[in-house]
Amino acid sequence: MEDGYVNIGKRLPRVDGIIKATGEAKYAADLSMPGMLHGKILRSPYPHARIINIDADKAKRLPGVRAVVTGNDTIGFKAGGISARGDEPYLALEKVRFIGDGVAAVAAIDEETAEEALELIEVEYQELPAVVDPVAAMNEDSPLVHEHAPRNISYKTDLSYGDVDKAFKKCDYVREDHFETASIRHGFIEPHAALASWDLSGKLSFWGSKQSPYFTYRNMAKALGITLSRIRIVQPFIGGGFGGKNEMFDVDFSSALLSRKTGKPVRIVVSQEEVLFAYRQRHPTIIDIKTGLKKDGTIMAVDAHIIADGGAYLSIGAMSLYLMCSFLCLPYRLPNMRARGYRVYTNTQPSCAMRGHGVPQSRFAAEVQLDMAAGEMGLDPMEIRLKNALGPHETTPNGFVITSCGFEESIIEGKKVIEKWRKDRPKDGDPNIKRGIGVGCYGFVVGPRVAGHNTAGAVIKVHEDGGVSLMTGSTDSGQGSDTALSQIAAEVLGVRLEDVRYGMVDSDITPVDPGTYGSRVTFITGNAVRVAAEDVKNQLAEVAAKTLEANPRDIRFKDRRVYVAGSPERGISFPRLVKIAQYSGAGKTLLGRGYWAPEGLKVVNLETGRGNMSATYSFGTQVSEVEVNTETGRSKVIRMAMLHDCGTPINEMAMEGQLEGSAIGGIGHTLTEEIIRKDGRTMNPSFLEYRMPTALDACNVEILHTDTYDDVGPFGAKESGEGIQVSVVPSIVNAIYDAVGIPFKKIPITPLMVLDALKDKSGK
Amino acid sequence: MKELIILTINGIEHGVLVETHWTLLDVLRDKIGMTGTKKGCDNGECGACTVIIDGEAVLSCLILAIQAQGKDILTIEGVSQDGKPDTVQDAFVKYGGIQCGFCTPGMIMASRALLNKIPHPSTEEIKRGLSGNLCRCTGYVKIIEAVENASTTEIT
Ligand code: FES
Ligand code: FES
Repeated sequence: MEDGYVNIGKRLPRVDGIIKATGEAKYAADLSMPGMLHGKILRSPYPHARIINIDADKAKRLPGVRAVVTGNDTIGFKAGGISARGDEPYLALEKVRFIGDGVAAVAAIDEETAEEALELIEVEYQELPAVVDPVAAMNEDSPLVHEHAPRNISYKTDLSYGDVDKAFKKCDYVREDHFETASIRHGFIEPHAALASWDLSGKLSFWGSKQSPYFTYRNMAKALGITLSRIRIVQPFIGGGFGGKNEMFDVDFSSALLSRKTGKPVRIVVSQEEVLFAYRQRHPTIIDIKTGLKKDGTIMAVDAHIIADGGAYLSIGAMSLYLMCSFLCLPYRLPNMRARGYRVYTNTQPSCAMRGHGVPQSRFAAEVQLDMAAGEMGLDPMEIRLKNALGPHETTPNGFVITSCGFEESIIEGKKVIEKWRKDRPKDGDPNIKRGIGVGCYGFVVGPRVAGHNTAGAVIKVHEDGGVSLMTGSTDSGQGSDTALSQIAAEVLGVRLEDVRYGMVDSDITPVDPGTYGSRVTFITGNAVRVAAEDVKNQLAEVAAKTLEANPRDIRFKDRRVYVAGSPERGISFPRLVKIAQYSGAGKTLLGRGYWAPEGLKVVNLETGRGNMSATYSFGTQVSEVEVNTETGRSKVIRMAMLHDCGTPINEMAMEGQLEGSAIGGIGHTLTEEIIRKDGRTMNPSFLEYRMPTALDACNVEILHTDTYDDVGPFGAKESGEGIQVSVVPSIVNAIYDAVGIPFKKIPITPLMVLDALKDKSGK
Repeated sequence: MKELIILTINGIEHGVLVETHWTLLDVLRDKIGMTGTKKGCDNGECGACTVIIDGEAVLSCLILAIQAQGKDILTIEGVSQDGKPDTVQDAFVKYGGIQCGFCTPGMIMASRALLNKIPHPSTEEIKRGLSGNLCRCTGYVKIIEAVENASTTEIT
């Protein structure tokens, strides 16, 4: 480890900060082209129906309408997280499977005309019996959402390690609980938007709000039936994703198909209402979990049964289910474990990855149950966690290999926070206000190895003035990775952050990349950037060595200067060195190239899942304090502390921003957010009715490090974007438990639930 | 029927042919080409479209373009002065109040309107002043910090 960094670890403002603050940053819906048409999508009004006929003649005759497309205009490609099991057409083929399923798309001279045309499309449906409840969906006689999936089972996971039944017999304390989590949404403010332009050479250019543009690159080629290199996907700024903008959607496909049909660029911007009823959600779950402990608090066994409502399509759900199950193995030592998970099709919005991907649901159950066990056993919740905490260089029974790990320290620090908070808590106040402190812990992946291409690449071009252009295939959907990656390039090359120009994804130019998910970008792409920067640095070091008459190995690059180690005066400026390299002799073109993926990871079998899926893991402890008003039932989070090991942060300010976003988002997930549906229809498709936290809900968030230096991570970094969100929800639930003595097993915890529970409690 | 109206935006008069039911937001974005003002919900629920009209924060998706005639409209494009970001913009950048940036123009306009009214707001006043602007990324913590810091610097 080298200290005295110029860029790494500093609180540097993000590279795109100014143009975002001035409104100059362009998002997909801000883009337009000469002659551009506007598209709209017709959506299914039924949760389940057969399409008998679509008559678009009237719509096509409306002045201003240029084209109408339906499933019949496609080659019938079906998308899915496991390609061989793809089940989701971009425009419905023979059936619609949820209210909001895309049926047809229109291109017209303006949005109003397109909208009007939608009403003129006559679709003859034959309504089919629908199933909207995941438990009912598993009955033998339930209607099938997909003919190929008996009992509507979309995916099954069965993980088993050790001998659970035997272990339970040896436990001093065993408890079983039933938990439920609601469907919630990603909540990005920027609706999905796409602009596609097909040219007569048979090439498609596409700009879309995609957090993983290479997902769309691959699926667009498949869905249009053209080869990959004919597709050009360009990434504008992305207005938040959180997992909900990974996949390609009907809006992306329809813009391309309509452009092909009309020969004009076509832009489709969906409304926020459509986002809220017709696109993705987090898997709602029903979790039955049994945990056994020894008298001293040692966790001996966990047996979990998880039903996850997958909605109408597979999406990325196999991975979600696997993560829900396998992350019961982190962050505590667990010798015996069984997790049976069922992802179930229903006639509702499809579920997919969302911040924390599957892990928040099962860890909510496990962490809350742990506090209930501690309460009944008379043990301190922190001691029980400390006793079972996994440490560095341990391997979990399912094969997760832990390397750097500051988990234990995070619990110890958490204990101190709790002690301090209990002391400085105001004494006599309103007797109706009960205060409580709760805790939750987590462990999370840092760039999971998933099937398919997993490598990140980077290209660096050095300009004559000493400026640096950096290109990767990774996308910053707001988390700040463009800045972190630029800091890494700047540090290796010994320039400053403002010297680096970050080029966003353009699949014609930038290296192919899996995407922005699983907290992989800073860790994996960060290493690719490091390798690319070292590549070009080595080229420059050769030149510097000749100029400075030294060994290339002794050349140092720092803060825009290049010098001989040990004698800083024997040096030249970075721009000058670049000029020498480019103009002396035959002259060089300075390009650095790098690619990287963690070694030794295997693609885990998602059904039986043994194996190490991540080169390292992040850990942490979350402490929350709440006030519960026993008269109104309202709970309010007063303050939070996040103690976490994200490796060594590349940019402290960006890292804090990630944590704060997780924290306040978690308040919404625990207390207010829920998609309400009646017979498959979303009843609250607006931000007014679907209540996300506002500035009024923001509380003080203390961020404390128990950071480690990760040997594999770039400059020691791991992840900070997702993991700690996992522990926010249980910490609040446990705080409410501490405040009023009621452990809630269902989220969100509404005031009504609190009042009812208080009534029940006092009635007893 | 379209109508020719004059809108004064960032001190410059724009003649635009509009349908009477078009919102100011759509006219700004689609007719005038000022895409800095964002459309998050088109329904008055997210604040991403906030502009300042005669000194007041207004949701441009809830006001018709024809209603904005004869008024002074300030959009995010008109905030920076002499090619430099203003104090509030600067504070958002410097204190990390920006992540994806989609809520940012609206947040900055709402913050400016707030600071015009209450030059040195308390944390509670900032929270209240921004409570109509949703942000999913930041958890508001650094946005509040940015506004606090901007309030101690003189507005440019
Ligand atoms: S777009 Fe106007 S409030 Fe959301
Ligand atoms: S920064 Fe993304 S919504 Fe506010």
